[in-house]
Amino acid sequence: MSEIPDNHLILPISKPTKGAGGKTGSWRVFRPVILEDKCIKCMMCWMYCPEAAIEAHSRNEVPKINYDYCKGCLVCKEVCPVSAIKSEREGE
Amino acid sequence: METYDVITGNDAVAWGARLSRVEVIAAYPITPQTTIVEKLAEWVDKGEIDARYIAVESEHSAMSAAMGASAAGARAFTATSSQGFLYMFEMISWAAGARTPVVMAVVNRALGPPWNIWSEHTDALMARDTGWIQFWASNNQEALDSIIQAYRVAEDKKVILPAMVMLGGFVLSHTAMPVRIHDQDKVDQYLPPYSPPHYVLNPKLSEPFAYGNILFPWDYAKVRLSIQRAMENSVDVIKKAAREFQEIFGIWHGDLIKEAYTDNAEMLIFALGAVAEQAEATAELLRKKGYKVGVVKVRVTRPFPKHEIAKLANKVSRIIVIDRDISFGWDGILAGEIKATLHEHNVDTPVTTKIMGIGGDDILPDHIEKAVKEVYNK
Amino acid sequence: MVKTILDELIEANEFLLPGNTACPGCGSTLALRYVLKALGKNTVLVIPASCSSVYQAIYPKVSFKVITYNVAFASAAALASGVKQALVKKGYDNVNVAVWGGDGGLIDIGAATVSGAAERNEDIFVFVYDNEAYMNTGIQRSGSTPPGARTTTTPLGKIVGFKKPMSFLMLLHGVPYVATASIAYPTDLYEKVKRAKDVKGFKFIHIFSPCPPGWRFDDSKTIEVARLAVETGYWILWEGGYRDGKINLTLSPPSRPYKDPSKRKPLEEFLKYQGRFRGFDERSLKKLRDWIEYQWNFINSFT
Repeated sequence: MSEIPDNHLILPISKPTKGAGGKTGSWRVFRPVILEDKCIKCMMCWMYCPEAAIEAHSRNEVPKINYDYCKGCLVCKEVCPVSAIKSEREGE
Repeated sequence: METYDVITGNDAVAWGARLSRVEVIAAYPITPQTTIVEKLAEWVDKGEIDARYIAVESEHSAMSAAMGASAAGARAFTATSSQGFLYMFEMISWAAGARTPVVMAVVNRALGPPWNIWSEHTDALMARDTGWIQFWASNNQEALDSIIQAYRVAEDKKVILPAMVMLGGFVLSHTAMPVRIHDQDKVDQYLPPYSPPHYVLNPKLSEPFAYGNILFPWDYAKVRLSIQRAMENSVDVIKKAAREFQEIFGIWHGDLIKEAYTDNAEMLIFALGAVAEQAEATAELLRKKGYKVGVVKVRVTRPFPKHEIAKLANKVSRIIVIDRDISFGWDGILAGEIKATLHEHNVDTPVTTKIMGIGGDDILPDHIEKAVKEVYNK
Repeated sequence: MVKTILDELIEANEFLLPGNTACPGCGSTLALRYVLKALGKNTVLVIPASCSSVYQAIYPKVSFKVITYNVAFASAAALASGVKQALVKKGYDNVNVAVWGGDGGLIDIGAATVSGAAERNEDIFVFVYDNEAYMNTGIQRSGSTPPGARTTTTPLGKIVGFKKPMSFLMLLHGVPYVATASIAYPTDLYEKVKRAKDVKGFKFIHIFSPCPPGWRFDDSKTIEVARLAVETGYWILWEGGYRDGKINLTLSPPSRPYKDPSKRKPLEEFLKYQGRFRGFDERSLKKLRDWIEYQWNFINSFT
């Protein structure tokens, strides 16, 4: 046990932090992979990512999946209009 | 400019809020509190006070709105009674945990059923464990002054906790008495504008943060323990606030307690609010009859004035506690607190509980005298 | 190159940080992304007990990049009223004060509080992400659970009650802005929030937000389920509000085709992915069709 504090104003204040819930990429069972040659940069995968784990800076670039945090829901694969996202089982 | 007027306890509370320059008022009606928020509404509408007035749809929302306003940096006020107090109970507890120094007037009223609108202290005493500072006004002047003092204490950087000021339903709330209405400049000198030292819900003044997301037990315990530390700090802050109030306004209502006729007393009466005022008047009569009886008005029930009470109790041979309240299955609530205090301080003065005036039954000097004599002659 | 809405969305800052503790495929976090993109940094979020109080993650970290205040279940709209009034009193007139909560917190236990704030026309936003049950406590029925849906407190499907039409109730309060939205149409949601920002007074935005574990469908199907809700006419996108003695209501573009019942996909398409409708009987199906009919009739009476 650490020492009991003597402060009268200890506040439950949290700071915005990426990965506040940890490296949620470890939750993933299936890994979405963007096939760059097929991608038409429509940004649908970026738009619908519930985790904000797909990064896009402009419409000229292929979006990038942040695997540290992608939970592998595969919504991106479902919404891709040109099947440019495939899924791979993690650990295979 | 200082003026004198003959006003009810509720008007005195409204004046206390007005002189404290409250910025947001959350209002919901309940007898016998209603005339407080009516008076404030009148002043807001006439432009006599510059406050935002939120006429909410429930007491739960009244406390929610008041604490939200406080969290956004405003001095917030609300008032309630009885069932309304219980209806907002969740937010009473939340306001303390959120460290929002709201001040609330509680016009004490019995709880239903059956319906009863008259005075009883059980309502506010139910909130002893919530983290609110609790003041009890024994007359209308004290009601006004305690609101101002309550803000001063609640907003102190060593405290930052909400505070409630109690006054007996009808006995004070609707009874007119002479009251001094202080000079605004003097009140401003005593009570500076509220400046939150801890957090403020304002993106123009603060970088993003979250308040109150989930904490694991050890961190949670530290946060809650800090409320206890703030309560401990508040003892000295209350004393200082009372002393400086006396220096500026020349009025002494006591600090955590107020003594009357305690010199060479053999017996002490403990009571809250207007009941204590009545006990004081009775003690004056009893002293004339040769009874060495003193009165301790317990002015603050949280933080509980343990040292002060133990010290006084140690000097007498008998104690009577008049409770206008009851904790079913235990005792009069104040009596229970005093018994625990004496035990903690190894004081073995016997304590007798007298539960009187439940549901607003009048507590007359005769009743107090009879109760005192029963114990005194034992 | 002409700047499109998509460019604008990409440029708009992200206020939901990845690595939060929401379930995979969560509809609510997706909705929050677009709400916050539209509201921006100048925002105070007031959050009643809900999945969002949990998925923002654990002290001393948080996954939201705006001021976030966690409050008791039924208190949110009143508390936000106090925040807003205080900010105005202090001279900060233009801060967005927004309640963000689920259907349990804002359509059930906190509904009276939302109604009170609406009646007072408080200058706040109330966003409901409607996942049609108490999900944070583990899938119990709420007033917003549709007929026939299984929850842990309606193990045979919701038999008692309809789905409380909260957005209609809000509209009838005569507030200046009410809209429905869906996570399947993020640009529609984003643009609605942007328009609401220009409205002074009470703004209520009701967002359809499927929940994979609660509705028992695969994580990847969140958008498809939300889209089918619109395409079958089950969830209708519209916006409206009170002005000059009249309630205005317009169908939003994604829902316009489905005003014509023959254009709607069969309801079964929406139901088939969802385990919560497993064992759905004719009676429940009829009730659900009646509910859809009722909604369209209500909306058509304004358009």
